Amino acid sequence: MTTTTSRAPQPAAARRPATTRRRPFNARRAGAWTLLALAIAVSVLPFLWVFRTALSTNGALATQSASLLPADFTVGAFMRVFGLQSPADAVAEGGSGAAIDFWLYLRNSIIFSSITTAGAVFFSAMAAYAFARLRWKGRNAVFSLFLGTMLVPPIFTALPNFLLIKNLDLLNTMLGMVLPYVFMTPFAIFFLRQFFLNMSREVEEAAMLDGAKHLRIFFQIVLPNAAAPIATLALLTFIGQWNEYFWPLLVGSQDEVRVLQVGLGVFKSQSPQGAPDWSGLMAATLVSALPVLVLFAVFGKKIVNSIGFSGIK
Amino acid sequence: MMTTLTKNPAARSDQRPARPGRIRRGGLRRYGDLKIALFFIAPAMIGFVLFYVVPTIRGIYLSFTEYNILGDPEWVGLDNYAAIAKDPLFWNSLAVTGQYVLMNIVLQTALALGLALLMDRVAKSTLVRGALLLPYLMSNVIAALLWFWMLDYQIGIVNQFIEWAGLPRVAFFGSEEWAIPTQALINTWRHMGYTALLIFAGLQSIPQHLYEVAKLDGASPFQTFRKITMPLLRPVLVLVLVVTVIGSFQVFDTVAVTTQGGPVNATRVIQYYIYQRAFTESDFGYGSAIAVILFLILALVAFIQMKFLKGNESDLD
Repeated sequence: MTTTTSRAPQPAAARRPATTRRRPFNARRAGAWTLLALAIAVSVLPFLWVFRTALSTNGALATQSASLLPADFTVGAFMRVFGLQSPADAVAEGGSGAAIDFWLYLRNSIIFSSITTAGAVFFSAMAAYAFARLRWKGRNAVFSLFLGTMLVPPIFTALPNFLLIKNLDLLNTMLGMVLPYVFMTPFAIFFLRQFFLNMSREVEEAAMLDGAKHLRIFFQIVLPNAAAPIATLALLTFIGQWNEYFWPLLVGSQDEVRVLQVGLGVFKSQSPQGAPDWSGLMAATLVSALPVLVLFAVFGKKIVNSIGFSGIK
Repeated sequence: MMTTLTKNPAARSDQRPARPGRIRRGGLRRYGDLKIALFFIAPAMIGFVLFYVVPTIRGIYLSFTEYNILGDPEWVGLDNYAAIAKDPLFWNSLAVTGQYVLMNIVLQTALALGLALLMDRVAKSTLVRGALLLPYLMSNVIAALLWFWMLDYQIGIVNQFIEWAGLPRVAFFGSEEWAIPTQALINTWRHMGYTALLIFAGLQSIPQHLYEVAKLDGASPFQTFRKITMPLLRPVLVLVLVVTVIGSFQVFDTVAVTTQGGPVNATRVIQYYIYQRAFTESDFGYGSAIAVILFLILALVAFIQMKFLKGNESDLD
């Protein structure tokens, strides 16, 4: 870890003039930092621009399109998004005047993401336990089948799944939206199985000699010991579900179950022709991003450190 | 454990259960746990069968039928596939998606590799990595809308900069030649940091002593990069490439939110075309048949990946 900084630039630095010789990597490092800073700026600054736009008035955006501060500061866009603005005020500020209620979408998104995450993580943990800690005939074959589903593109199963949900008369219900996700995700099973395989067996075997049954071992030994990876998995699953668009678009197009991502798309298409409601749209975008931003602010390290692993997804 | 990204899931997990030591130690227990295993696996199995196995079979079946949701599917044999072969819109969607995938591979991998090397050299802090990862945590819809605003022809900030630079404004979403590159740029923006982190994790797993030996032997930085870094990074790069290709082939969200296939057919990517055929035109058989073709393309990509990864797996072990 620590030796990497000294590995490459030396020969080049040696050729530099005397001023930089005292700290040989200076120029190189400065160049590298500049590029890195540029990449960070490209990654982060757009969010500030969205924030600035959300606090602007539509009319002023056109004339002050490059000012760094909000153009004609107002929180009207946020009120509009949450349906707190009268249609007349909304139209006056450049909105479409159509009813839009992001409180409802926010609630739906939270319900959808929470249920699917809780279900998928818990049931996947159970399955992972069976795949990692129990010995039974056909175990590896079944596990390979489960893994194989990671290769099936979601669009392929989405069409028949839509038909199934439709036949069950569950279109535009929360149940219909969560069903395909709530039982498991192949990635979750794979992820947790890896951890369970590497857990020490001693405690488990001691408990077994004491006559503990598998259910107790699972709840009292395996789950608590895997609390950290389970938390990471839950975090990743929640963010993934929060960002899900295609399936909720197919199954939950009506207002009562519409989630934020779908609501955003609808809001965008509602924008009056000619002059889109940019500040409203950006306020809505920010509202949709906020929960993930908060999670990231709190659990950033956990998420960042999981990337090497979750890349397998 | 968390960062062992070079471990290929499929290849590794197949070898895993063989562990002879463990099984012998497990001899303490009853011979098999089939009953209790069935209990533990039951919920996942329900989901697996209902929402993965059955729909896969049903999807293949539907591709041989004509079905408009009302009534019953009617078996038409290979008619859908024959029609697809002669469908200019399908070939267009394939070409458009191909361009998109290609741009993503080149842009994303090159930028991510550069970023990973920079991080490896000057900044390993979680803060830097976190900042670069931020776009990836946002949904496709958010990424699309954010850039839809920033790239707006009239008052988007990017076009302001372009004008200040003395260049003509660009209709990023509105012109046929720019529409797909713009979609690819949005996707690259969202994935760049994530991919860089994957490669960075791969860089971290290269044993340091190799670099020290190379330095003692008087290898130049470029030689070290070519002879040590690149070969040992290959499994990670192949993995990254495959994740990128498979992911980009299924582009939908950003297109659906911004250009909806247009202008003309410039962004009618495969998945969007499937969506239109199945849900807008209620032609489920035809949509399923295109989905089967997409599935086959992705399976082919995955197959090539397996071959590549197997050949590379021993590099680090």
